[in-house]
Amino acid sequence: MIEDRYSTASTLYPYCRVSDQDAEPRRHPVVIVGAGPVGLALALDLGQRGTPTLVLDDHEGPGAGSKAICFAKRTLDIAHRLGAAKKMVEKGVVWNVGRVFYGGEQLFEFNLLPESGHRHPAFINLQQPYFEQYLIECIRVEQSKGTPIEIRGRNQVTALTDKGDFVALEVDTPEGTYKIEAEFVVACDGARSPTRDMMGLSFDGRVFEDNFLIADVRMEAELPTERWFWFHPTFAPNVQSTLLHKQPDDIWRIDFQLGWDIDRDKELDPSRICSRVDALLSSQTGDVPDYELHWTSIYTFQCRRMQEFRKGRIFFAGDSAHQVSPFGARGANSGVQDAENLAWKLDLVLKGLAPSALLDSYSSERTFGADENILNSSRATDFMTPKSKAATIFRDAALDLARDHAFARTIINSGRLSVPCVYDGHAHFVQDALTNGPEVTRPGAPCPDAPVEGGFLLDNLKGNFTVLAIGFDCSKLKLIDGVAVDVLCIHKPSEYLQERYLGGGKSAVYLIRPDQHVVGRWPEFSEDKIRAALLTALGKEPI
Amino acid sequence: MSLILTPNIPDTDGLYQELVEAHDGLSAEESEAFNARLILTLANHIGDRDVLRQAIEVVRKSSGGNVQN
Repeated sequence: MIEDRYSTASTLYPYCRVSDQDAEPRRHPVVIVGAGPVGLALALDLGQRGTPTLVLDDHEGPGAGSKAICFAKRTLDIAHRLGAAKKMVEKGVVWNVGRVFYGGEQLFEFNLLPESGHRHPAFINLQQPYFEQYLIECIRVEQSKGTPIEIRGRNQVTALTDKGDFVALEVDTPEGTYKIEAEFVVACDGARSPTRDMMGLSFDGRVFEDNFLIADVRMEAELPTERWFWFHPTFAPNVQSTLLHKQPDDIWRIDFQLGWDIDRDKELDPSRICSRVDALLSSQTGDVPDYELHWTSIYTFQCRRMQEFRKGRIFFAGDSAHQVSPFGARGANSGVQDAENLAWKLDLVLKGLAPSALLDSYSSERTFGADENILNSSRATDFMTPKSKAATIFRDAALDLARDHAFARTIINSGRLSVPCVYDGHAHFVQDALTNGPEVTRPGAPCPDAPVEGGFLLDNLKGNFTVLAIGFDCSKLKLIDGVAVDVLCIHKPSEYLQERYLGGGKSAVYLIRPDQHVVGRWPEFSEDKIRAALLTALGKEPI
Repeated sequence: MSLILTPNIPDTDGLYQELVEAHDGLSAEESEAFNARLILTLANHIGDRDVLRQAIEVVRKSSGGNVQN
């Protein structure tokens, strides 16, 4: 019998008996444990590349309740390549204006006016179950076209053993256990990863001594679609900070920072939560609009990660590998980046087109990304939860100055916008050869979007290695060492493309990885240089 | 740029007086808050991360030599 670990928002992949249950252990190229945002994005990516992928989840749909709510541009760009972004953006709440209050007074407001020349906004607010649902819908469409992705609900991995040349798995179902084998296993099973526990791997880091009360309320309020953040709110004595943020379906996220020594049961009493919400709303609108509590919980933060995200043939991605506090929206967003980093590497290795050592770069690149996210989210949390008297004094000094002076507003940290990391100095990138090229597109950087004829640049980076040639003709490359290479020649670059990819120069050639990170760039086209860079990117010695 | 540790203020005595007088009438807590605001304001004006890092290091090393009564 499989116990529920949590309640689900809907049933999207009900249990269904499969032939594996009545057969000798069958070998699957990739088994993904966990059908959350990370596992589903990875499955979609691998399947679209033609690598058969099996997803096992011990539930039958997305977990209910309050999980990730902010999805950043990079995540939407990835979802766009996978074909799932349109519905997310349509359903999601786009917001630009944020206000920061100190006590009863507004300190300042900011406008994250989206940078022009990108398909997607800086981020959207969208409840995680929708994000998962849209990925599933995409997978269903792919399946109808014969794409080799399979999701098995109520399939719980109860044991796994790395046998050296494959992984043996035992899977429990409502109708008993069965065995399968996998070339590679990816554990996308969340912060409490049962896979990590079964393997006895450590997950160390730092616990923040603070409790946050989440109250998601449903109301048709006359409040603007903005992010409001209070330090020392007057409507809530003894509360360090409060956040108000809108989600789809007239749901408003309210976060109260309660401190460390609290009585959890008392704080979760609905009447007590309602009195907090009433005080907040009446301080803003003068009265209390009709609302209902949609979801409440109390959580604490931890920032931690595994030492390595690869252990032989078993990989960890998303929260199973690293966990951050929510300020800055770096959890689900970084997990989806893990998935895109791993998908093309697994695919090429399984097809024999790249050496298996390339898979080590998944761990080195994504632990680097995780450290950056942990650093940013720890700093935000430390600002909001000062750890010492001195920290409190500096925090309040910054807040006092921020009222009148722009410089101090940049110190105020209630979460820094999630941006993807740049793999500066990592092994599978080559030295920058474009003198005075823009910083944002240096080797290691994720490609920023820009308008091109008929759409956007990222529309044209479809998951193969791509040679982007701006400002001149280039020879038609198709394959290098069996690896497919797309060529995109742009003769008349838009202003944005010039600014982001040329700098002052007239022409440039970029080699871009399947995950849209820049491998290298040059002022002129040279097939030899591109070939050498591609071999570096694949972990093969340049010849 | 290196942190300047040689005399650099034209009117040292005047500045010193101004600094001390700025705290007149402030409680200990208010003084601490004032100093924090002053540090943040000056740090922004300096704006050079290397110089600021050197300053923090120099001050860190200079502490501990307090005269004990």
